[in-house]
Amino acid sequence: MSVPSEFGVRESELVELVVPNDLQSAKKLEDRILAELARCRYEPDVTFGIKLAFEEAVTNAVKHGNNNDASKQLVVRYAVNPERTVIMVRDEGRGFSPARIPDPTRDENLERPRGRGIMLMRAYMTRVHFNQAGNEVWLLKTNPRPGGPCSS
Amino acid sequence: MEQPSSHLKIRRADGVSVVEFADRKILEELSIQEIGEELQQVVESEPSIKLLLNFKNVDHLSSAALGMLITLNKKVKEQNGTLKLSDINRQIFEVFKITRLNRVFEIHETAEEALARFQA
Repeated sequence: MSVPSEFGVRESELVELVVPNDLQSAKKLEDRILAELARCRYEPDVTFGIKLAFEEAVTNAVKHGNNNDASKQLVVRYAVNPERTVIMVRDEGRGFSPARIPDPTRDENLERPRGRGIMLMRAYMTRVHFNQAGNEVWLLKTNPRPGGPCSS
Repeated sequence: MEQPSSHLKIRRADGVSVVEFADRKILEELSIQEIGEELQQVVESEPSIKLLLNFKNVDHLSSAALGMLITLNKKVKEQNGTLKLSDINRQIFEVFKITRLNRVFEIHETAEEALARFQA
């Protein structure tokens, strides 16, 4: 799917990268995105949240979407500007229904070891949008304190 | 007493096993699995263990790491032990609060404070 209109970036602003389905490759993408955030003077707390949400999205894609299958690929698209960061992560899996993940913050679920990734994404991001199949997640973070133009 | 280990630094203080993480970031699936296994071994080697996890070297966390800690906590309880956490930085403590896991774990500001509570 294309970028949700309410995310406020144009398709042409998005950089697309395709990497093998492993966390080391994903880490290199993360480093590129973090470099962009630094270049655009995002504050450490905002960067922390974006990094956390991206890692949760990637971990879900690698482990659950692509089943740790090294022959599969991840597609990541991103755009960073002083006002907002948009990141998309897509896997080759059949997807899932986010609504069916139980709320991990309910008392009866607190001691379950799994199921916190999506709630953390939602907690730290301004918007989280899944495509209908559930194999593509779009993250939007609007920068609460833009630090001026990105350095070149 | 310090045991050689790739991910953990372990010392004894007043009957408490104090664990510090060698990795600043407990993220990569593999590291989490290995850290979890190392910690399980520490717990299994000492019934009724008093275990303090010091987070002073940790500046990042993931849901998988939280899951590992929950599983560890259950194991400690099964063995009638006690687990406390300390020195969690502000950003990471926020993750505990958002997930409400600050209610599951006993968290102290400093290792000294946690050690004192073990003796209380």
